[in-house]
Amino acid sequence: MPDEKSELDKSPQQANNGLAGDPDKAPEKTVNAAPATAASPTPPPPPVAPKPAPAAAKPAAPAAPPKPAPIAWESPLVASLKQQYGSGIREAAIYLKDKYLVVDKSIVFDVLTRMRDDETFDYCVDVTAVHWPKREEQFDVVYILYSFAKNERVRIETMIKDGEKVRSAFSLWPTADWLEREVFDMYGIEFTGHPGLKRILLPEGWTGYPLRKDYGIRQQDQAWIKANIGIESGQ
Amino acid sequence: MSPSAEYKTLDLHDQTFLDSNEMVLNMGPQHPSTHGVLRVILKLDGEKVLGTECVIGYLHRGVEKIAENRTYVQFNPYVDRMDYVAAVSNGLGYCESVEKLINVEAPPRAQFLRVILAELNRLASHMVWLGTHALDIGAITPLFYTFRDREEVLKIFEKYCGARLTTHAFRIGGCIYEAYDGFEKDVLKYCDFLEPKIDEYESLLTGNRIWVQRTKGVGILNAADCKALGVTGPVLRAAGVKWDLRKAQPYAAYDQVEFDIPTAQNGDTFDRYIVRIQEMRQSVRILRQAVDKLPAGPTMAKVPKVLKPPVGRIYHSIEAPKGELGYFIVSDGSTQPYRVRVRPPSFVNLQALDKMVRGALIADVVAVIGTLDIVLGEVDR
Repeated sequence: MPDEKSELDKSPQQANNGLAGDPDKAPEKTVNAAPATAASPTPPPPPVAPKPAPAAAKPAAPAAPPKPAPIAWESPLVASLKQQYGSGIREAAIYLKDKYLVVDKSIVFDVLTRMRDDETFDYCVDVTAVHWPKREEQFDVVYILYSFAKNERVRIETMIKDGEKVRSAFSLWPTADWLEREVFDMYGIEFTGHPGLKRILLPEGWTGYPLRKDYGIRQQDQAWIKANIGIESGQ
Repeated sequence: MSPSAEYKTLDLHDQTFLDSNEMVLNMGPQHPSTHGVLRVILKLDGEKVLGTECVIGYLHRGVEKIAENRTYVQFNPYVDRMDYVAAVSNGLGYCESVEKLINVEAPPRAQFLRVILAELNRLASHMVWLGTHALDIGAITPLFYTFRDREEVLKIFEKYCGARLTTHAFRIGGCIYEAYDGFEKDVLKYCDFLEPKIDEYESLLTGNRIWVQRTKGVGILNAADCKALGVTGPVLRAAGVKWDLRKAQPYAAYDQVEFDIPTAQNGDTFDRYIVRIQEMRQSVRILRQAVDKLPAGPTMAKVPKVLKPPVGRIYHSIEAPKGELGYFIVSDGSTQPYRVRVRPPSFVNLQALDKMVRGALIADVVAVIGTLDIVLGEVDR
């Protein structure tokens, strides 16, 4: 058991060594050779690394999970949304039991309103964002909703460009107040109609939005620290 | 205006609202009743609170940014530092989320060990809450009692994994440590030890006239407000909503143990106290069953040491002692998470403070902060 695990651990490094040639470990090399050759043009092979390894370790084990893939989410709700908004509903799928909708930014507020008023999603669990700097629409804005009546959770996502504004969900769920302030604080996404959009965790006057990918982990607002704390840097 | 307008917090930088009777008072961040570094700005008319604004972020450490710069496994200990009085729950939520992402399930023995440790942690967390909450209101004795009894939980943690508070008890795929010899006996002994102690806490407080007068009718938050403000956990249940993620969407081995969801009707501070006390009794009940049913077998599932979850994103949440603790994880197929969002119960619950204290007295603000059971490490992350 421990040996098998250490082999699992080694496999990526051995894949590199495989090119140099290591004649001592012939039986294992046959297993590792395949990823090594496949990895040379460096495609993104996330499932490749874990997948052959458990099979090599113990074929009888119930492990080796099948690669999960989003499946289409079909329900009366999705059907009626698609009928109403057409291509505005870009995607409706289930991934690992998580239901989600990707909708166009122009209709996201309408969809949220409808989810609350007609579909009993009366609890807004979370509002957050994800930054994809290489995409034209740089930000995903993510709403996670829950319905007490249905015991069901749905994630609604939309994509916006840098500098674009989203209509605040505060008028639907007051809990969005702080959640949207945090998104603004960390990503600089502005929400129109928010009652008091300002930084929440970072001090007011801070420059930069830390959870953007181009903001380094050791980066700080040196000028702010110097002016307010009176030291050169926090590091 | 939408009905949400009544939830709007004050903009206290606008000083023009003050008429001659009104004043602004700063409370914290170094105030003993704020349980850490919470600053509350109060707008007052005499002793009456007209509105509040919370200033938070003093403990902000950028946990979500750190996550993007660590591997999935390396980030695991960091989550313990958020809600540091309930570190086990944080770890449970994170490990289960990553397990969902890589589509692995922990073995049954690990699931039960997780339930046992998480419930012990719920007891510890509620005892910290009870002791400090009572202390805020003026009863000193419960603090000594609860911290004395919590110590026994921490001893079990220490024997199990070597740490008392930031335990890092779980790993992605199960529990790395097998239960030590006598673990089950210790837990059962603790159950027998604790039950009369809970009666003792109740005999100190439940019928106590001062306690009742300071808590009944104070900080009322009804079910509609709870839902609108996203408040979960005992605060929601004290408002009469029978909702607990352990039942609604069972995780670990919670679907294999029997327990009730205690609720109350009025949604005031006293009801929240009753609900949490009842929850402690239910935790004891869960512990007894979980120890009884603890199956044999491995404690770790097969998890590759180099963890590369497939591209995708998931949200998973658990019932932490303070409410719904969720993790939204985005994987880009590399060894490091692309994004980890923590949905902290304390942060969202604290938002209800303004609604709960409007029209109350300054002394009630202290009671309400206590009854919300916030941990600033989790609010600020």
